[in-house]
Amino acid sequence: MILTGRTIFPGQVSAEALVSQMGISFYGGVDPETSKITEAGHDLEGQSIAGKILVFPSGKGSTVGSYILYRLKHNQLAPAAIINAECETITAVGCIIAEIPCIDQVEISKLGTGMHLGVDAGRGWVEVDP
Amino acid sequence: MQLTPKEQALLAGESGPAAQKAMQILATLGRIFGAQRMIPVRSVQIAGVSYDNLGEAGLAWLSEMAAGGGQVQVFTTLNPAGMDIENYQSLGISEDFAENQRRVLAAFEAMGVVSTCSCTPYLFGNLPHFGEHIAWAESSAVCYANAVLGARTNREGGPSALAAALTGCTPAYGYHLAENRQPTLHIELTANLHDTPDFGALGKTIGDQLQSVTGNKVPYITGMSDASLENLKSLCASLATFGGVALFHIQGITPEAAQYSPPFETFAINQADLDSAKAELTSAEPGQIDFFSLGCPHLCLGEIQRIAHALAGKHVTKEFWITTSRPIKGMADRMGYTAVIEAAGAKFATDTCCVVAPIKGRFKALATDSAKACYYATAKNHFKTRLLSFDDLIAEATR
Repeated sequence: MILTGRTIFPGQVSAEALVSQMGISFYGGVDPETSKITEAGHDLEGQSIAGKILVFPSGKGSTVGSYILYRLKHNQLAPAAIINAECETITAVGCIIAEIPCIDQVEISKLGTGMHLGVDAGRGWVEVDP
Repeated sequence: MQLTPKEQALLAGESGPAAQKAMQILATLGRIFGAQRMIPVRSVQIAGVSYDNLGEAGLAWLSEMAAGGGQVQVFTTLNPAGMDIENYQSLGISEDFAENQRRVLAAFEAMGVVSTCSCTPYLFGNLPHFGEHIAWAESSAVCYANAVLGARTNREGGPSALAAALTGCTPAYGYHLAENRQPTLHIELTANLHDTPDFGALGKTIGDQLQSVTGNKVPYITGMSDASLENLKSLCASLATFGGVALFHIQGITPEAAQYSPPFETFAINQADLDSAKAELTSAEPGQIDFFSLGCPHLCLGEIQRIAHALAGKHVTKEFWITTSRPIKGMADRMGYTAVIEAAGAKFATDTCCVVAPIKGRFKALATDSAKACYYATAKNHFKTRLLSFDDLIAEATR
């Protein structure tokens, strides 16, 4: 199965999917030293986003969140790629400055945690079980 | 999106890695938000300056941009820092924090950013005119520039504002385009507003109403007879904090209001609504207050004059911060206001404010005249709050 989307930041990667149904606030909601989601009540609370293809509807919260993605990258704890339903400024800017492949406008309801995904963000596609 | 040959050259890295990264950010945001082209901006205001908010990650990125040859192409000013640059010791700021804060400022200054360290750039030298395109971060200043001055900016974040500064342009979408500046909701006001807390409460009441709205939210306020600079800056801060508002119009007061009629969808606000908003921002009893702060947004000279008159010959009993910008502080020094205020035991916290300084855990309850400061005191620092008028606050502080 191949899903298509829109390029936010290019790059090719294949890894395991970690899927959330909720928005993610990188500032205050993700620990840049452990890569774990810390927001109380979040459906990924306590899970590490490092090395995963992180799938969630859209970012939220403070614009400082962009810097958290950059910090995760420097700590070698960044997600391998990000897939959004609709990307907003915080996630987009974070992916550009941290150079994390990112695409949006993907039908993310077809993706589930644990699926193996191949992402070619420059072409704007996601392949399930490539 | 159509890029000019010069913009394409920046994107190709011909002016170095920092300008290239900046153009990548702008071109991507332009693509996401459907911009047709870039437009030149006359000035930039950058937020994300306090080391308390930026952390090592933000500092690392700023340093990388400075090392990559980033140089501002337009006049660029800076938001408040986490400390008074010249007088941080008396505010209880640690040497470690001060050193990191100085590294942040050095990175900005290396790129040609003027380290004004204030949220009110329009009070001294960064004053856009009607219709001028700018790229500003700092949500209260964005609101002031769009609504009160009639300039045109989106609500930028730290990196996108820096990107605009390093390239001199921003993608033409959102509030840069006339069609997005039309009002979307009529606010019918029947209350009388007197002091800054009234205007803060109005901003919270409108903001709460707009919380669930996505897309453009441009309130059109009727029923307001008068508003001073102090009132409008308080309203701007509150509307931006509680409602994410970047533009509003007030009939008879703001410059674009006459172009429009009140929208059909109407939300009425009366005195009881404002009283309940003020009550929601007041969780502490008078005896619990261990921290007083005035100046969110930064105080203008008229407000400092008023504080000096009120504090003359009195003495404050608790930590009391006067937060303002360095140029305004200079005038206060010359006029003798600083001497009067400091003689009363209050402290100038210039270049910084109670929202961005690293004060979590130091105080239990804040009294202020700013609805925005109440919000961040609770959300960021877990303080209780009291929202008081200027005169009531000074009365409580000197009791």
